Amino acid sequence: MSQRIPEDPDLQARRAAQRARLAAHRGLATWGERLVPLATFQAASARAGRSLDSAARDAAVASFLAPRSDPTPVEGPFRRIAVCGGVYNNHYALAAWITAARQRGAEALYCLGDLGGFGPSPHKVWPLLEEHRVRVSQGNYEQSLASGREDCNCGYTDPRDNHFARLSYEYTAQRCSAAFKQWMGELPERRRVALHSPSGRRRELLLVHGSPRRVNEFLFESTTPAPYLEALLDQQQADAVLCTHSGLHWHRPLPSGRDLVNVGVLGRPANDGRTEVWFALLELDEPSGDLQVELCPLPYDHLALATEMRHERLPEEFVATIEQGWWTTCLEILPARERARGRF
Amino acid sequence: MTVPRVALGSLDTLWFQVAGTVCNLACTHCFISCSPTNRTHDMMSLEEVASHLEDATRLGVKEYYFTGGEPFLNPEMEAILEATLAVGPASVLTNGLLLDPARCQRLAALAAASEYSLDLRVSLDGYTAEGHDAIRGEGTFDRALEGIRHLHAAGLEPVITVTEVYDDNGSVAGKERFFSLMRELDIEHPRLKMMPVFQIGAEAERRGAYESWQRLRDEDAPADGWDHLQCSTCRMVTDQGVWVCPILVNEPSGKMGDRLADTLGDFPLAHPACWTCHVYGVTCRT
Ligand code: SF4
Ligand code: SF4
Repeated sequence: MSQRIPEDPDLQARRAAQRARLAAHRGLATWGERLVPLATFQAASARAGRSLDSAARDAAVASFLAPRSDPTPVEGPFRRIAVCGGVYNNHYALAAWITAARQRGAEALYCLGDLGGFGPSPHKVWPLLEEHRVRVSQGNYEQSLASGREDCNCGYTDPRDNHFARLSYEYTAQRCSAAFKQWMGELPERRRVALHSPSGRRRELLLVHGSPRRVNEFLFESTTPAPYLEALLDQQQADAVLCTHSGLHWHRPLPSGRDLVNVGVLGRPANDGRTEVWFALLELDEPSGDLQVELCPLPYDHLALATEMRHERLPEEFVATIEQGWWTTCLEILPARERARGRF
Repeated sequence: MTVPRVALGSLDTLWFQVAGTVCNLACTHCFISCSPTNRTHDMMSLEEVASHLEDATRLGVKEYYFTGGEPFLNPEMEAILEATLAVGPASVLTNGLLLDPARCQRLAALAAASEYSLDLRVSLDGYTAEGHDAIRGEGTFDRALEGIRHLHAAGLEPVITVTEVYDDNGSVAGKERFFSLMRELDIEHPRLKMMPVFQIGAEAERRGAYESWQRLRDEDAPADGWDHLQCSTCRMVTDQGVWVCPILVNEPSGKMGDRLADTLGDFPLAHPACWTCHVYGVTCRT
């Protein structure tokens, strides 16, 4: 393997310069491109910036963390809701989820967006959502499709991931009607939902796609720490945040008694070697009023899905994930810990 | 001509210049000109880091990054990581030279004991010894690969950081060479982080400094503001206080205050490096 690098006529000189550089900074500081006495830099940096007194610091922190006003209307209250994440065109799992949610007594059904990509036959998703009055919010996929973007806005660096992401985006984009895309564009980016219990306890949940701040922010269990979530919930004035986008389900109860729930996705299995996909059921515990979160595995006719994907000539890599439960593509988004759990 | 200002929307990413500007290498592209003798910024102690971590948890920081210089030159680095992993995920940017098997085992134990991720990011600037060593010094390619092997043997899979010092590095073919290099090292889950080069520090000597037109102006602001710049969500702590971002640490004008609470306001995008950030959409996080 040889690398194309530009000719360097002064290689020898550069090597000598490099050796010199190892010793070049004794007693000196690098201020931009200049070398100055260390004390000069330190004096300048000591003068730079501001140093507030402790009252002013407290005030600055308080205003930085102050609650943001949010005009999103509150839906409900409900006793029990079912919430699913990305559908990725998996209309088999969507149908199975609707049945399961009704069986489990959910009063309202929510889907957090990313309807397309990955799976076959995008046009089969919309009628199911409409017929069963699923309350959908907008994912990055809907934003991209509605605005005619050329990609799904996932931003992969791995050429292989990019190839597959583009392929499934184009497949979906070509098969969604203009009316479907327009409907996607009109979906709300966030929803607020109240849950109540028989004894009158009440909690307000904030439903988003990625995170309350950014539609395409990934919230993974190993990279979303409790102090961050506490500050976020203070600012968003919610008792819990429900999200999807990262593809893996998890739940973190916080020291303050509030919760973060990533409901997972219906579109593909959770990179755990199982063929089920995941969703969440939520209600309030009686009498404590705490949020009860049940992350539920959902079996569905994954073999029928695999057959339809092959029929649609979608990549074998995607079909393998459906049949075996391991992710084969778009893996680079996973943090070290989540990635180590998978097979690829 | 007015200088645009970037607001801090949220403090998601907190950096520590944990080894100051002290490094066991003196790479020709190092944008802060680190070297064994560069003490522009000095090592940070565990105690200093811990006191900033306390402020950071209050401010809702989401992730922590450690850089230098070479972080593992800091004698307290592992204790610092342990303290950090108690409150959030941590990433360490290293040149890979100090990753001996025993250290890698200890790092793996730290990672296993935390509920949060520990990521190691090892720099490779070429996918051959020839390309890499021309930038980083003779023998460094083999030694960095050795470090990567030790990490892998301990069960830690590094992210490879590649700067676009050669046009070749950032091309699709170039990226594929890096991925196949990692697969040759038996890394099952290769991850790659590409970085453009900043024409500051040693790099300014290597390929020339910025030209006068490479400055941001108010009218360059995208419709949705400056939210795409990492300084709208990050700060950098050094032994001398808190800087706006990891890039401007060798400019006293990049310093915003002594403690994080002093630095929650906005910052003028006056430096030519800001132009690189804007044009290339740079973020130093993984
Ligand atoms: S680029 Fe990294 S390894 Fe090279 S001198 Fe700078 S800090 Fe050290
Ligand atoms: S160099 Fe980049 S990150 Fe730093 S202040 Fe300028 S734009 Fe922001």
